[in-house]
Formats: sequence, C-alpha cells, structure tokens
Amino acid sequence: MKILGLLSLLATHLSANSVNIEENAGQFFSSGHTNNWAVLVCTSRFWFNYRHVANTLSVYRSVKRLGIPDSHIVLMLADDMACNHRNPKPATVFSHKNMELNVYGDDVEVDYRGYEVTVENFLRVLTGRLPPSTPRSKRLLSDDRSNILIYLTGHGGNGFLKFQDSEEISNVELADAFQQMWQKRRYNELLFIIDTCQGASMYERFYSPNLMALASSQVGEDSLSHQPDLAIGVHLMDRYTFYLLEFLEDIHPASKSNMNDLFKVCPKSQCVSTPGHRTDLFLRDPGSALITDFFGSVRKVEITMETVNLTDPIEQVEQNFVNEDLQKESYSYVDQLPVSEIIHQFPPLDVTG
Amino acid sequence: MGLLSDPNRRRALIGLLTRLNAPIWGMPVDWLVKTMQSRGLEVFTQRFSRRLPFPDEDKERYMVKGTNVYGILRAPRAPRTEALVLSAPCTAGDHNNQAVGLLLGLAQYFRNQVYWAKDIIFLVNEHDLIGMQAWLEGYHHTNTTGMDWSPLQGRGGSIQAALSLELSSDVVTSLDLVLEGLNGQLPNLDLANLFYAFCQKIGVLCTTQGKLQRNDWDSVSGYSHAVQTMMLMAMKQASGRPWGDHGLFLRYHIEAATIKGINSFRQYKTDATTVGRLLEGMYRKLNNLLERLHQSYFFYLMSSLSHFVSIGYYMPAFGLLGVILLLRALDLWVQLASPPPRTEDGVVDADPGVLSVLTPLVISHLTGAALYTLPIHFQEMAVEHFPVSETEAVVLTAIAVYTAGLALPHNTNRLLTGQGTEQGWKVLKLVAVLYLAVLLGCTALINFSLGFILALTLVPVAAFVTPNVPKVLSAFVLVVLSPACTLLFSVFFFQELQEMPVSFLDGWMLYLSVISQGILDHALYGSLVYPLVALLVYPCWLLFWNILFWK
Repeated sequence: MKILGLLSLLATHLSANSVNIEENAGQFFSSGHTNNWAVLVCTSRFWFNYRHVANTLSVYRSVKRLGIPDSHIVLMLADDMACNHRNPKPATVFSHKNMELNVYGDDVEVDYRGYEVTVENFLRVLTGRLPPSTPRSKRLLSDDRSNILIYLTGHGGNGFLKFQDSEEISNVELADAFQQMWQKRRYNELLFIIDTCQGASMYERFYSPNLMALASSQVGEDSLSHQPDLAIGVHLMDRYTFYLLEFLEDIHPASKSNMNDLFKVCPKSQCVSTPGHRTDLFLRDPGSALITDFFGSVRKVEITMETVNLTDPIEQVEQNFVNEDLQKESYSYVDQLPVSEIIHQFPPLDVTG
Repeated sequence: MGLLSDPNRRRALIGLLTRLNAPIWGMPVDWLVKTMQSRGLEVFTQRFSRRLPFPDEDKERYMVKGTNVYGILRAPRAPRTEALVLSAPCTAGDHNNQAVGLLLGLAQYFRNQVYWAKDIIFLVNEHDLIGMQAWLEGYHHTNTTGMDWSPLQGRGGSIQAALSLELSSDVVTSLDLVLEGLNGQLPNLDLANLFYAFCQKIGVLCTTQGKLQRNDWDSVSGYSHAVQTMMLMAMKQASGRPWGDHGLFLRYHIEAATIKGINSFRQYKTDATTVGRLLEGMYRKLNNLLERLHQSYFFYLMSSLSHFVSIGYYMPAFGLLGVILLLRALDLWVQLASPPPRTEDGVVDADPGVLSVLTPLVISHLTGAALYTLPIHFQEMAVEHFPVSETEAVVLTAIAVYTAGLALPHNTNRLLTGQGTEQGWKVLKLVAVLYLAVLLGCTALINFSLGFILALTLVPVAAFVTPNVPKVLSAFVLVVLSPACTLLFSVFFFQELQEMPVSFLDGWMLYLSVISQGILDHALYGSLVYPLVALLVYPCWLLFWNILFWK
C-alpha cells in the first residue's frame, strides 16, 4: 500500500515536472533570438557631465555581468572622465557617492571615444554602413535573430538629443535608422532606453515593428541627477539610471523578471520626472519578454539524452605504412612584405618550394 | 591644512615674516623665493622701476623700485594653457602682514592635490598697484604706461581668474569683497556670487562696501541701508581708481576681486584656516570652469551681496536725463529755424558768424588742455616760488587753472564782437547741449556711475542756463554744480556714507589728495577720469559759463 502510494506520488511528481519541462521548453524558444547585442552611447563631453559617462558605464557593467561579451557591445563615450585633469581619483569613474562603486574598472573596452562619437558614426553603426576598414569592435554585426539593447544618455530636448555640444540627432532620424535596420534585417527585437530631459519625445516617431522604448521623462519634464559627491565635486549619476542600476543588480542570468517590472523602475516619487514607455510596436506581450532577453546573453541550452547519428562526410586518409618514402611537402611562410624589393628596388625573386 | 592648522607654527611663520618685513628693506625677496621653492613651486622674480610724475604722500620720492616674486604651481596632468592667480600685496608695516602667510600655507596645501587642471600662480607684489601693473604688463607683453620692468622668466597659460588677499590679522570677524576696478570696470557678477555662496556654506560673515547685509528689505531703514550701500559702490566706481590689486586685471578680461579680512569688535571670530578653506573652495570651483566667466552681468550695482541692480534697470534712469538735453536741443533748433524777429527800426540781427561760436569752443578746450598739462609741467617752478611740496604744488596749480578758466571766456567774448548776438548764444548752446549729451552718453557706457553723477549735476544747469536768467544766482549755482565742487561734495558725502564723517579742514585735505591721486592714477595706470574731466567735461562746462555771460 505504502509502495503504491509512493509510486503514485512519484508518478504525479514526474508528470508535474514533465508539464513544467514542457512549459520551460516552450518558454525557451518564445523570444526567437539567438544572440544579444548592446549599443551604449554617452553623448556629452565636459567635466560637469560626469554623470552621463557614469550612467553609460554602469549599464555596461550590468550588461557584461549578465553575459553579453565585449565583442557584442559597442560602447561610445564622448569624453574621458577617468583621465580628466579634474578627476581627484584618476582612472576611476564612480557611480555611488563616497566612492563605493568604481564602474570604470580594469577591463572596460571603449569602442568609440572622444570626438569619434558623432551622429554620423552612431547612425552608421546602427545601419551597418561603415567603411570596409572599420575594425570588428566598432561594428554592430547583428543579424535577424539578434536582440539589441540601445541605451542613450546625455542632454536632450523635445525631439532631439545633443551630441558633443555641437550637433543633434532628431527623433525622425532615429526612427528612420531603425526602419533601415528592420529592412536590412539587422534585428529581431530592439529595446531602446533613453535617459535625457524630455526623453519620451525621442521614441514618439518610431514606426518599425518589434521596438520597445523606455524613457526617463515625458515631454516638458527634465530628468534630474541623483546625488553629488562632495569630494569629486560633480553629480555622479542620473536618477533614472541609478534606480535602473539598482533594479538590474537583482537580475541574474536565470531570473524570470519581465518587462513589466522594468516599466515600474523609478516611479515619480523617486525620479521626480515621470518615466514613460512604448510597447505598441512590440509584437509580443511585454509581460512575456524577459529582462535577460535584452540585458543578458542567455544561451539556450537543450539537454538531451538521445544519441544523434552523424553521417560521416570525412574520408579517412589511409595510412600507408608500407610506403616509407612518402613525399612530404614542406611549407614555408610567404614574405609578409617584400622587404628586399622595397628597400633595394630589386625585381621580385622567384619564390618556389 | 598643514601649515596653518597648528597655531604655534602659524605664530612662528608670522613672526618670521614680520621680522623680515622690516620697513627699511621692503620685501624679503630671498626668503620668499626660498620658501616658495621649498613648497615645490617654480619661483621667478621680476624687478621693476617707475619714475612718478610727482611724488605722492605715500612714497615721497620720484623713483619707485621694487621686486615681484611669484611661484607657479603646475597642474599635474593638464597642459599649461590656463592659469589662476592668487596674489597678496606685500607692504611694509602692519597693513597686510598676514596675507602672505596664508598664501604660502595655501600653496603648500594646493601642491599636494592632483585635481588641478590649471596652473596656479602665487604672486607677492611689492608697492601694491605699481608692482601689480608691472607684473601684468610683463605677463601680457604690453607696455601701456611707460614702466620699466624686467621680462618674466616663467609663465603660465592665459589667466582665467584672479583673487587678491588683504589680511592684517590672523583672526577676522568678516570678509569684505571689493569689486570696483580701474575706470569703474567690474568683474563678472558670478565671481561675487561664488564668494557669497562659499561664505554661506562655510558660515563666514561676508560684506560688501564694509556694510553688513540686513534682512528687512521692506522697511524704510532697510531700504535706505541698501541705497547707501549702492551709493558707496557708485561713488567708488565713479572715481575710476582700482580699489584693490584686482582692479588692474580687469583690463585684460580677467575676472578678479579682492577679499579683505576685517577684524572688528564682534564675538564670533574666524581663523585663518577657515578663510583658507573658503579660498580653497573658490579655487576648486574656478578650476572646474571650462570657459571664462561670462554668463552673468558685467554691469551692475550691488546693494548687498545678494541683491543687485543690473544695467537694464539703471540705464533708463540715465536715458531720461539724456532726453532732457535732447529736448532742449530740439527746442533750440526749432527756435533757430524760425525767422528772426524784426526789431522796431528794421535792423535784423546779423547772422552769427562761425567765428563767434568757434571762439568759445577753442578757448574752452585750450583751457582744458592747460588744466591737463600745466600742473605737472610747472611743479618745479611752483615749488621754487611757493613754500609747498610737489604734490601740493600740482594740486594747487590745477585748482588755480580751473578758477582762472572762470574768468577767461568772460572777457574774450566782449573783446571779439563787442556784444553777443541773440542767435549766437542759441547756436552755442545747441552745440554745447549736444556735446554734453554725447559726452555723458559715452561716459555712462564706460563708467556708468561717473556718467550718472556728472549728468545729475550738469544736465539741470545745461538745460536752464541762458544769458537772460539772473546772473549772480545762476553763476553761483553753476559754480556749485561744476565738476570740481561736485567732487568736493562727493568727498564729504563719501565719508558720511562710510560712517566716518570728517571736519571741513580734513575734508579739504582729503579733497586735495583725491585730486592728486586722480592725476597720479592717470599717469601710472591709465585711469581715464582725470583726462576726461580736464579735457572734455570742464571745457563743456565752460561753454555754459560762457553762455551765461554772453551779454
């Protein structure tokens, strides 16, 4: 009797688990993406815009911690705060006062730095229209199964974002860039976060599918900074990104928090401005989109117990032990640069064997 | 703060300084060089000498020779493109003996920090303004005043801001901010706001014009207090002289102010360490600047450290005074355009020749030129004939020329044409009124207070004076409102406002010294008040005097 009870308990448990596995398996492939990219841009220069660099670096840290590697992150910082002459702690960028958290660290890889952060370069990165000489680290090599996170911070206004104190990108340009990306199949789903004054105006003009957008303030509102550090003498972070960072600290690669939790980050009581979001272009339900779909690089792993028969396309080379005098071809490297030709103006030598 | 936090070391330093600062030798150059070098600054000296046009009371000699010592703290990681200046004038005696000590203490503290993005130049200048002028001219490679100085061996970048310290005791009860510079130029209001912000943050009592701020703005006494403070600032600005060493920086578009420590009878005293913290805070803020201060007003009058009147508010007041002159000119123009009235026997007044108008103009301006040049040129002759010192000779010659001018045109007019014509004086008055309007307008643009004070006294007389008004009364009024008497009354009023009223004799001596100082400022630093008054305002006033005695 007892054994029967135990067996039935085991059976129900197994069946329950199998239902869970099916659910999990279903959820595994619900998002449809296979790789993750992140484009993190800070558009302001000058020492008093320290907080924008700290914003971008803290999102960079979170994104790296959740699994996106440097090769899949395009980090654009318009000014160098860590080595600024006014920085009392050189080679550091702090995000919390009393110097609790150094977001610069040893392993930051900035892809676009200083004056390279321009509207033109940003749009070229997004659309992929870069000159052939551009190195891989500066390219957004996404495909139609990539989920891309785009984070912008700096000074903005109604319908524009200021780059480097000298030029602006408008919301129309940005919407058109995303449409180009959609037509070139450069993304599967795209999450756009912007932390500037009147940030909601930047996503008003989007019209491409599979875009979700978050902004730190509505049109007509200013995004405020969080806290100054009295030793460094500047404000360290903006409020929205500060609370976003706090929220992301609780996310780990296996967490199941979804976008609805992200929308609740930094309510008006904490942020003073009203954060906004836009999901009408997003084809899935935001509640089913996980945070790690965009912020992390969660590899889908399917464990299977069955053996798979591979048809053997490789032909085995027959080892001829009998024939000892097998001609062994010797290989040598070709000259990288025909030095002798260049220096001595000799005609090229015949290079054979 | 290392040097000054220990009272024993502080006293030792100050004692050392006072001992070395013996009046005979002036500035302890070698000791300063050695001390600055030991603090890690790059030290340089500059020798200068200047021949004064006449010896003034302080110096009592014709030649002024001195040495400036300055040390440059190089920014550890920045290119040497920008600099800040902290200066303390080193004078013999007790007047400013603590400022150099504080400067050296700050130099040592600043040297240990890594966050400087601009070079900081610690300057100790001798002979106050003369040394400062020599240093600035050497730094900017200009030579506008004919001073003789050795070229500077070391330089920072372009100077963004400068502060000058005047401290005569090591504990202060309040800090006074002095803003007025040469020719009435003022630094950007943001510098005053910076000072005030730090005063409030650190909790030091801060004043401007030596007057405390009151909180009762609505009451009559509070309002009159604010007006008094503003009038003090206006009078200081009108005098055109730099009221601190900072005044000479403003000409080079460098925002500068002087901070004076005042030790009066008050319970709560601030020590030098707190003053040092305030200065450190100000310098860190200036260090973080990316451009020169330009966002706030350059033309303002402060009624207290937290309230000011900007140019947009005070210029219309001057504009209304100018309109009086223009209306009078319009009136005269209309009168002149209408045909002259025929007299009974059919004799029409002859057209006034150009000569009759030109003559008073030329003679007035020649008198003005005489007022400008004679006092200095004839001081030796005056000293030979009269038992006065050179300074007194210069001043009394000036007054004599001024008074002689009152008599001169009065006679030449009779000489030339016998009797003046009706049309003649109208043409002259038209020219004189327009001339005065343009002159006062230009003066108000450059030095508003000077223009306004002159306008207040000259515009009424210019408007009402004709040959037909009662002569004796108008002559008296005209003399009382002439520039010289305005200056006399201003001296007494100034002393009254500062709550240090003087007797008539003291006031008269003060008046004489003000005139001599004005002449000296013009020769040494290029102050424009004396040439303006002598060459332009005085001749203009003489034209009106001429009109009064036209017939």
